[in-house]
Amino acid sequence: MKILNLLVIIIFLFNFNVSNAKDRNLNSKITKNLRCLICQGQSIHDSDTEFANSLKLVVEKKITEGMSENEIYEFLKTKYGEWILYDPALNQKTYILWLLPLLLFLIGGAIIFKNLKIKKN
Amino acid sequence: MGCSAFSKKNMKNKILLPFAIVSFLFIFFILYVGLNRSNIYIPETVINEKIPTFKVKVFNSEKELSSIEIFKNDIYYLLNIWASWCIPCRDEHPYLMELKKNKKLKIVGLNYKDKVKNANNFLNELNNPYTLILSDTDGTIAIEWGAYGVPETFLVYNGKIIKKIIGPMNNNLFKEIESAVK
Repeated sequence: MKILNLLVIIIFLFNFNVSNAKDRNLNSKITKNLRCLICQGQSIHDSDTEFANSLKLVVEKKITEGMSENEIYEFLKTKYGEWILYDPALNQKTYILWLLPLLLFLIGGAIIFKNLKIKKN
Repeated sequence: MGCSAFSKKNMKNKILLPFAIVSFLFIFFILYVGLNRSNIYIPETVINEKIPTFKVKVFNSEKELSSIEIFKNDIYYLLNIWASWCIPCRDEHPYLMELKKNKKLKIVGLNYKDKVKNANNFLNELNNPYTLILSDTDGTIAIEWGAYGVPETFLVYNGKIIKKIIGPMNNNLFKEIESAVK
């Protein structure tokens, strides 16, 4: 009986730790993708301002409340705007940001391809 | 053969030069516009958004209130986030004392990451403009409101934020609030 009790306790503790670690990983993943509004250029995860510390607590609270990663991003977007996210969505304001690298890649590729073709000829 | 290579090279130059000029102008224009823009982001201040739902402790007591109990319909509320350690809060305090005289407006204070003793000293020194003071010891309530520092002020009517002030109040903002609360 004693062994059974011990086993139950061990299993319980083990599960608890796993779920805790999962939450912690999700928490750091989310806070790394949030921009600190006080020291702009740093993520919430790296920043130690009052705002960042409180936001870390809020993210933790929302995770325990059962909110998904995207729901937390949406929640913070309505509070602080798109700017708080390091990973902005593709929309009217951000299409240059998203498409310019692709365009430059294609142009560069075309130039290299053309040069190679000329050399071959 | 030599002639065709020459014309090809000439063609290349003809395309390359305008292309370089256009690219240069494009980059110049973007950087020039960027120079005049502030690189410090400030969230929108004109909003018409519902107030958050939350539970909060009343300052210097164990009593807990929900947002529905605090913000009633048909009354103007001014939620002011403040702290005794915040220097700009001292600057805006006279405006809050002046707004206290407006009978249609109730000023609710949200004491942000502060010590009770220091907050009490602050109010004893400068007087208390608040009809109710709430306590936000870990700063999470301020985030529910979309605030990121102190002071910040929100004008609330019928469960909606109709105006948001980031930073201390000044004469113009004071007048705007006076005219909004009719």
